[in-house]
Amino acid sequence: MATLLQQLINGLVLGGLIALIALGYTMVYGIIQLINFAHGEVFMVGGFASLATYRYFLPPSWRSDWWLALPLMAIGGAVVAVVLAVVMERFAYRPLRNAPRLAPLITALGVSVILKEVVRLGYPGATAPVPFPRAFVDHQFRFEFFDGTVNIGSTAILMIVVSIVGAIILQTYITRSRMGRAMRATAQDPDTARLMGVNPNRTIVLTFTIGGALAGIAGVLYGIHITNVDTEVGFLYGIFAFTAAVLGGVGSIKGAVIGGFAIGLIKTLSGQYFPGGTQYDLVWIFVLLIVVLVFRPQGLFGEPERVRA
Amino acid sequence: MLTRIVRTKAEKGHHVRNQTVKAAVLVAGALLLAACGTNKTESGSGGGNNQSCDQSKGTLVIGVIAPQSGGLSALGLGIRNSAQLAAAQANEKCATPGYKLEVQTEDDQATAQVGAQAATRLSSNANVVGVVGTLNSSVAQSVQPILKGKNIVQVSPANTNPSLTRGAEYGTAPKRQFENYFRVCATDDLQGPFAAKYLVGKAGKKSIAIITDGKTYGEGLAAEFKKQAEKDGATIVATAKVGEKDTDFSGVIGTISGSKPDAVYYGGEYPQAGPLSKQLKDAGLNIPVMGGDGIYDGKYIELGGKEGDLATSVGAPTDTLDTAKAFVSAYKAKAYKDDFSAYGAFSYDATNAIIGALSKTLTGGGEWSEAKRADVIKNVQSYSAEGATGEVKFDEYGDSTNKLLTVYKVSGGKWVADETGTFGG
Repeated sequence: MATLLQQLINGLVLGGLIALIALGYTMVYGIIQLINFAHGEVFMVGGFASLATYRYFLPPSWRSDWWLALPLMAIGGAVVAVVLAVVMERFAYRPLRNAPRLAPLITALGVSVILKEVVRLGYPGATAPVPFPRAFVDHQFRFEFFDGTVNIGSTAILMIVVSIVGAIILQTYITRSRMGRAMRATAQDPDTARLMGVNPNRTIVLTFTIGGALAGIAGVLYGIHITNVDTEVGFLYGIFAFTAAVLGGVGSIKGAVIGGFAIGLIKTLSGQYFPGGTQYDLVWIFVLLIVVLVFRPQGLFGEPERVRA
Repeated sequence: MLTRIVRTKAEKGHHVRNQTVKAAVLVAGALLLAACGTNKTESGSGGGNNQSCDQSKGTLVIGVIAPQSGGLSALGLGIRNSAQLAAAQANEKCATPGYKLEVQTEDDQATAQVGAQAATRLSSNANVVGVVGTLNSSVAQSVQPILKGKNIVQVSPANTNPSLTRGAEYGTAPKRQFENYFRVCATDDLQGPFAAKYLVGKAGKKSIAIITDGKTYGEGLAAEFKKQAEKDGATIVATAKVGEKDTDFSGVIGTISGSKPDAVYYGGEYPQAGPLSKQLKDAGLNIPVMGGDGIYDGKYIELGGKEGDLATSVGAPTDTLDTAKAFVSAYKAKAYKDDFSAYGAFSYDATNAIIGALSKTLTGGGEWSEAKRADVIKNVQSYSAEGATGEVKFDEYGDSTNKLLTVYKVSGGKWVADETGTFGG
């Protein structure tokens, strides 16, 4: 029982991270129907940017106080990630907005490769995994549960809390605020939205901003939890997050979060209980994806395709 | 929730969007399969353009195949620099009359397929006299036959998988695999048992969990460890595998923690082992992690290796051996950016073995031609010298006769030698 609970917790932590990244995928897809493959790299850059904030901008006396260091690192990571996402939109995707769909998709892949290589060659020591400081309370909570001890770190709790709170705030913002309504209107029909006085460019930039900020925060959380950051992680977690978004239904906020948690849980639980163990856990994720897509091609919470004249 | 409605071309929209998602899924799959990135080639000069030597006949090339980027680059850069050092010294000493030596480094990214490309590129060059490399046993498997095709001698500083020299039946029916392949380090069928003797016998660990990364090196090492550990009375309470690119090991740790191991033996390399050690501790399993030469690097500790973790590595500690001190001070004098790492001294010896064999081949003012490669192989086979790692000499399989191994322990934030010896059955 303790093992089961432990693996459930592990799954939720991984799921929370994936969900934060998946939100960016799903929002961008919702509004401009672009699968932004470079989004995983935004997450990776966020991690490196927060590390740089810690190393080069924080006075050493501030580093030991997590309540000072962590928010500043989060801000550093998120700001760089947002700037990156917005620049990416402005120069890589906006010129292609009316081009055939495959053009921006391939561009996104190109941007992804460029970002990875730039960080790999440009950040000192980034050709190998770079150690991350312990910027958050380094504490493990342990409790007895039936037949064993269950263990959860403070960084793990933070990860789960931030992802859920982030998703709730985002959902509220999109359904309740003026800008949120503008985003939904642009997603439905950009031309009509413009006629109603919505500036589509501004709305799209806002979408990239929110997605970038969430990815940047995910980068910081990843760093303090795993305690190292590597240029490879953007691609790896980008794929997880993309899968989560497809699983939950691209375009749906709820879907991205639930898809993220589903993938996290499947990965840890299948590694524990399914034949083949942890070596085959990725296989089960994609088995689930295929099964879901066969029966619900639009994903768990996606809306069925509607064709309107 | 964002509602998505196709904006224009409504009738076609359904198809277009489905195609986008399908194409995206396809592309994602293709990317997962394909090795990312391309080759980065840097051609390192052998340095020491000493005009007092006769170098009128041109330049000969010693190839280096080792990871220059990625997680294992700390080891690979040490290999490259040490090979360059050996070549520079040879140029100063006019070891190859009439020729200048140059080191050409190819990045194998620790990947078999990239390594094969590197080997192909080197073997197309008629001036390549020999190759130092590879770091990974899995890469060596694909490099060996390519170099064999051109009769190029290969001396590995770091391949420890025994089947590379003696075949799959290395324990019972050893058979030489490639007559052009040599190595200067001891093998895993010595290293694994040596580690087991230490961990079970000296450290008294009886319930051991084994975790591997599924690669040639890690699997071979762990299998050899397991045999000896069980013979010595320990129980392997759990075995698990991690993915080569994994960073979050909580799942694996969950699967082994139920069996309450008192030590973990890890078959693999430090980019995974360091974080694994840290995450084990975080998960309440504050038990030593032991590994082979693949985790014996300062980076292991930086990435989370904890006090009391253990590693075996080939050879005696570089800083205690008398023959090594000259190498260490020469390396320091060159002021390379990177440390010489676990395999620097081995790479230096491997390069010197090739240089020694080459100068013997060229003695008497011979001209270099591809036909001379057979002589170089023969001369490496009979090569014998006192190198930075001790005696450098090869047996009938191409293995080093130097079987020294050392156990290192993390203590005070760095690796400290704990016990040096040979494994005696």
